Amino acid sequence: MSIAYKSEVRVDAFDKVTGRTKYYEDLIPADALYVRIKHAEIAHGFVKKIDTDAAEKIPGVVKVLTCFDVPDIPFPTAGHPWSMDPSHQDVADRYLLNQHVHYWGDDIAVVIAEDEVSASQGVRALKVEYEELPFVLDVLKAMEPGAPQLHEKYPNNILKHTSMTKGDYKKAIEEPGLIKVEGWYDTPTVQHCHIENHGCFAYEENGRMTVVSSTQIPHIIRRVVGQALGRSWGNIRIIKPYIGGGFGNKQDALYEPLCAWCCTQVGGRCVRVICSREETFVSNRVRHAMRIHLVTWLTPDGSIAARKVECFSNQGAYASHGHSICAKAMGSFAQHYPCAHMECDAYTVFTNRPTAGAMRGYGMPQASFADESNIEDCAEAVGMDPMEFRNKNIMPQGFVDGFSKNENFYDTYRECMAKGAAYVDYEKKRAEYANDTGPIRRGIGLATFWYNTGVYPISLETSSNRMLLNLDGTVTMQCGETEIGQGADTAYAQMTAEAIGLASYRDVNVVSCQDTDITPTGLGAYASRQTYMAGFSISQTAALLKEKILKHAQALTRQAPLNLDIVDGYVVRKDDNRRLMSLSELAMTVQYDPVNSDHITAESTYTIRNNAYSFGCTFAEVEVNIPMCKVTVTRMVNVHDCGRLINPALAEAQVHGGMSMAIGFGASEQLLFDERNGKPLNNNLLDYKLSTFMDHPRLEALFIENPEPTSPFGTKALGEPPACSGAPAIRNAIKQATGVAIDHIPINPQVLYAELVKAGVIHDEWQEV
Amino acid sequence: MSAQYKLVRFNLNGKEVEKMVDVRASLTDMLRNDFRMTSVKKGCEVGECGACNVLIDGEAFNSCIYLAIWAEGKKIQTLESLLGPGGELSDIQEAFVEETAIQCGFCTPGFIMTTVEILNAGKLYSDEELRRLLAGHLCRCTGYENIFRAVKKVMYRRLGKELPEA
Amino acid sequence: MYDMKALYEARSVGEAVALRLEHPQAKILAGGSDVLVQLREGRLAGMEFISIYGIDALRGVTIDEDENIRIGSLTSFSHITRDPIIQKYCNVLGEAVDQVGSPQIRNIGTIGGNTCNGVTSADSASTLHAWEAIIELTGKDGIRRLPIKDFYIKAGTVDIKPENGEIQTAILIPKESYENTYGHYIKYGMRNAMEIATLGCSVNVRLSEDKSIIERCRIAYGVAGPVPMRCPTSEALATGQRPSAELYEAFAKSVISDINPRNSWRSSKAFRQHIAVEMAGKCLEEAVRRAGGEA
Repeated sequence: MSIAYKSEVRVDAFDKVTGRTKYYEDLIPADALYVRIKHAEIAHGFVKKIDTDAAEKIPGVVKVLTCFDVPDIPFPTAGHPWSMDPSHQDVADRYLLNQHVHYWGDDIAVVIAEDEVSASQGVRALKVEYEELPFVLDVLKAMEPGAPQLHEKYPNNILKHTSMTKGDYKKAIEEPGLIKVEGWYDTPTVQHCHIENHGCFAYEENGRMTVVSSTQIPHIIRRVVGQALGRSWGNIRIIKPYIGGGFGNKQDALYEPLCAWCCTQVGGRCVRVICSREETFVSNRVRHAMRIHLVTWLTPDGSIAARKVECFSNQGAYASHGHSICAKAMGSFAQHYPCAHMECDAYTVFTNRPTAGAMRGYGMPQASFADESNIEDCAEAVGMDPMEFRNKNIMPQGFVDGFSKNENFYDTYRECMAKGAAYVDYEKKRAEYANDTGPIRRGIGLATFWYNTGVYPISLETSSNRMLLNLDGTVTMQCGETEIGQGADTAYAQMTAEAIGLASYRDVNVVSCQDTDITPTGLGAYASRQTYMAGFSISQTAALLKEKILKHAQALTRQAPLNLDIVDGYVVRKDDNRRLMSLSELAMTVQYDPVNSDHITAESTYTIRNNAYSFGCTFAEVEVNIPMCKVTVTRMVNVHDCGRLINPALAEAQVHGGMSMAIGFGASEQLLFDERNGKPLNNNLLDYKLSTFMDHPRLEALFIENPEPTSPFGTKALGEPPACSGAPAIRNAIKQATGVAIDHIPINPQVLYAELVKAGVIHDEWQEV
Repeated sequence: MSAQYKLVRFNLNGKEVEKMVDVRASLTDMLRNDFRMTSVKKGCEVGECGACNVLIDGEAFNSCIYLAIWAEGKKIQTLESLLGPGGELSDIQEAFVEETAIQCGFCTPGFIMTTVEILNAGKLYSDEELRRLLAGHLCRCTGYENIFRAVKKVMYRRLGKELPEA
Repeated sequence: MYDMKALYEARSVGEAVALRLEHPQAKILAGGSDVLVQLREGRLAGMEFISIYGIDALRGVTIDEDENIRIGSLTSFSHITRDPIIQKYCNVLGEAVDQVGSPQIRNIGTIGGNTCNGVTSADSASTLHAWEAIIELTGKDGIRRLPIKDFYIKAGTVDIKPENGEIQTAILIPKESYENTYGHYIKYGMRNAMEIATLGCSVNVRLSEDKSIIERCRIAYGVAGPVPMRCPTSEALATGQRPSAELYEAFAKSVISDINPRNSWRSSKAFRQHIAVEMAGKCLEEAVRRAGGEA
C-alpha cells in the first residue's frame, strides 16, 4: 500500500485551523523596536538633504538613519542560487537606503522607535529635499534615445537583451501565399497579494546576526544579508517560520538586509520591520508588465511557417531577478509551437516603476497571454477551430529542447486538451455559443501553456536533507525546501515515509521551520521545483538511512541485509515477509547499546541535473453582458500533466489557487500609476481588484498522470503552471462571445467598453455630440 | 499625546476579562498583544482583507478597524474559542481540514469565524448567497473553491440534509 | 495602534454635543470604517477624535409619531437590511446598503457615517436622495432638520455645524415619500464584492391605483457628479406616463443631460455615462415591476 500518491490531510492542518500556527509576527519579542521606512515621494531624482531634527525630537524615537548613513556596498536581491561565475551573478544595484531615487516608494530613510506610533510620526516629520529628474514608466519609451536614464551602466535602460534565431526567418516569410497574423500583447503590473505581508525582525546573539523573516528562501537570504552588511555569511542566521503565502515576492531579499543593518545601528537590539499592505504593493516586488510583439506566418493549410517574437519586459527600478524572467518568456515560444524559422528578441528594461521580481509563473502568464491570443487569431485566419489548430502545431511527443535537453515524453498537450474538451463538452458548446446574438452572449475559450520544473541548466539545482530515526520508530526529516502554504511539508512526509517504508506519513516529522544554523542547505520555494528536487534527495537520503538501519538489523537479527526490507515501520525478512522487529525496537536497542551506541541518522545532498516539462491547458466559459460591459466567468477547468500526484487533494487545491490568480490577471488586477508623477494610484486591497469570493465560478482541476521518467517519484512542476493559461483562455472566450479580440489585459469593464465601442458593438450616440 | 489608558471589561471566549488599554489601540492590537490571540491576523489593517475577523456579540467584525475600548461590555469570540476542552475541532474546523480548504493558513481564522456567524443563522443558503456572505475575506491560495465546499458541507450537515452533487 | 492625539468618548447625545463644543477640531468617530482607515493612512494622524459609537440610543429603526421612518444614525448597514420596517416600506434602502463593502463592513458601518462623509460613492446616498430623506442633526440649540439634498454641500463637505456642537442623530423618510413607493438600486462595481461604486443608481416609482400610470418617479445617482444627484429631466419625462419599453429607453437616455460624471483613474467619463444610461432603464423597469406595474 502506497503512502505517496494519496490524498492525505496536511501535516499543518490542525494548527492552521486552530490559529496556533506561528508566523513571524507572532514570534516578535515584545520589546523589539519598530523600524518605519521613509519612502521617496518622487519617481526619479536624488535626495539632496534629509532634515531629521523634528523626527529625532519625538518622544519614543530612538534613531533616525538616512541614505547618507548606509555602507557603500551595493548588493543584489534576487533569490537565485549563488554562482561561482561572476558573469552569472545577479546585478548588485541596491543600497540599504538610496540617495538616487529610482521610483516613487524607494527607501530613503528609516526611523527606529520604541513604539509604532512614534515611528510613524517620525517618518512623517522627516523633511526631504530632492533634486527631481524626468522619469519614464513605459517600457518602450524607456528605450528611446533621450529617455531618462536610471542606471549609469545600462544605456537606453536596457538591463539585458538576448536573441534566439532558428532557420532563416527573413527568407522563409518571402514564400508566396503566407498569411500574416500580427499582434502586440500587453500585460499589466500586478502584485502577489499574499495575505501575510512581508516582514522580519533581527537581533544579535553572541555576536551573530539572526533574522527571522517571512521568506521563501532562507539560505539565499543568509548570503544576501551577509553581502549587504559586509559580514561573513556564517555570521548570519536566518530563521523562516510558517509564512502566509509568497508567490515569488518572498523569493527576493526584501527588508531582511535593512532590518539586520538597523539592528546593528542600535547595538544589536531586536528591531522589527513590518510592511503595511500599501508598502507591499509598491516597495516589495511586482510582476513584470510585458509588451510582446508577435508576427506569425501561416501556410494556408494552417501550419506555422515562421515566427517573430519580441518581448519587452518592464523591470521597474532595480534589477532584482532581471532578465531571467523575460528570457524564460522568450524561450517558451520556440518550444510551445515549434517552427522552422524564428527570430526572437528579449529586452529587459529599467523604468521608474516598482521593481519587478519573481511571481508565480515567472514570465509565463505574460508569454502565454501573447502566445495563446496570437494562436487563437491564427486559427481564425486560416479558418480552423482553435483546438484543431493547436493540435496541428503544438509541441509533439518526443520533442527535445536543445538547450535544457527536456524531452516531451508523452503527447501531453494533446492528451490534456482532449481530456478537458471532453469534460466541458467543448465542441458542442462552441457551436451553441456561436449562435448567441442578444445582450448576453456566451463564449468558450481554450489556452495552453508551456512550463518546466526548476532552474537547471541555467542555475544550480541542489537539494539536501537529513533524516533521523527517532526512538519510537518515527523519522524526523529536515530539508532546505520550504513550506509556504502550498503543502510541501505534507508531500515530503509522504515521500519520506514511502521511501523508507514507514506505516504512515504521520510517522515522519518534517521540521517545517528552516534555520540556517541547523537546516541542511537548500535553495527554497521557487520555480515549481521543490517536490521534484526534494524527491531526489529524499530518495537518496532515505536509501542511506535504510542501509544503516538494515546493517544494525543484520547484527540484531542475523539475517543477510539483502534479505531484509522495511515495511510499515518493521524490519521484515523478504523471503517470508515475517516482521523481525519494529523500527522502534531497533532504534532503542541501538541507541542504548552499552558498547556501540548509535543514533541513526543520514544526511545527503543531491545535485539535480535534470529538468522536466510540465504542461496543461485551461478551458474558460464566459457570459458577456454587452450593455453592462461585464464579463462573468461561468466555468473554468484546468488540465495538468504534472506527472504523478504525490497528494491529489493538495494538487487540486494548488491548481485552484493558480486559476484564481489567472482570473485576476485576465479580468481585473492592475497596479496603476499617475502619469504625471509616477505615483502608484491603487496600492491597497480596495482599489486593486483582487478577485473576491463573488468573482469566481466553480474552479475545477483535472489531471493526466503520465509518470515523469526523470523523477524518482514520477512527479514534476505544479506550483506555477496553474497561473499561466487562464488569462488567455478568458480572452479567447470573450472573443468568441463578442467577436472582439482584446490584446491587453486586464479585460475589465472599462477596457471592454472601450473595445466594444471601437469594434462598433456598442454605439453611444451622445458621445458624438 | 501623553498616553491615555482606559480599563476595558469584556467577555473573551466565554471568560470575563479586563485590561488597561491604550485608547489608541485597535481591537486587533489588544487581542494579539495583551491576550496572545494569534488567530487574529493582520493582513491590511484597513478592513479590506478579513484576516483579523472576530465575532462581537455574534456578528463578524474586522478587529483592525474597531477600537479596543469599544469592546467594553461586549462578548468577543476568536478562533481560539472553537477548540473543545480535549482539543476537539469544531465541525467547521473539521470540514476545513477534510476539504483541503487551508493552504498558507493566514486567511483561515477569519474565514472560520465568519462561517460561525453564517451557520449560526441555521438557514439553508443558496450557493450565490453563501458566496456573498463569505466575500469579506480575501484569499490568494485557494481560489476560495475548497473553502466554499467546506462551508457548504457543514451547512448541509447541520441542517441534517444531504449535500447535493456539485 | 492609531496615531490619535486624544480620544473622547460620548455615551449620550448630550455628552457628544458637549464634547463637540469643547473640542471643535475633533473628528467624529461613528463606526470608524472610513475615519479609522484615513487615520491609518496618515491623513487624519495626530488629530483628536470623539467616539460616538457607544451611544446605543442612536441605533435602530422606528416609525415616529409623524409616521416617518426614523433610522438612528448609528444603525449599522446589516441591521438596516434586516429591519422589518425597512423591509416593508423601503426595502430598496436595505438592498442598497447590503452592497456596501463586505459583510464585516456592513456590521460596523453606520448610515450616519456613510452620509456624513459627504462622498458621492456612498451606497446609501443615492437611495436616500431618491427617497428625499431628511437629515436630523442635534446640537446645542436642539434639533435641526434639513432635506438630504441640502445636507450635501460639496464633495466631502456636509452641513454640520461643529461650532453648534452638532452631530447627526437620525435619518427620516417621510410617509409621503415611502407610501406606495417601490424602488430598485443598482451598484456598478469593477468586481462583485468589496467594492466602492463606479456608479450607483436608485429609482423609485409610485403607480396609479390601477398600476397603469407612473404617478411619481424619482431617480438619483452616486458618482455621477461630485455629490449624489437627482435627474429632474428624467423624472419629469417619466411622470404621468404609462410604463413601456419605449419609455424605459427614453428615460434612460435622458439622464445624460442631467448627470456630470468625471474622468478619473477609476473610470472614464464616457464609461460612466454609458452605464448610467443602462442602469437607469433597468432600475426603472424593475421599480415598476416591484410596484406591480408592467410594460
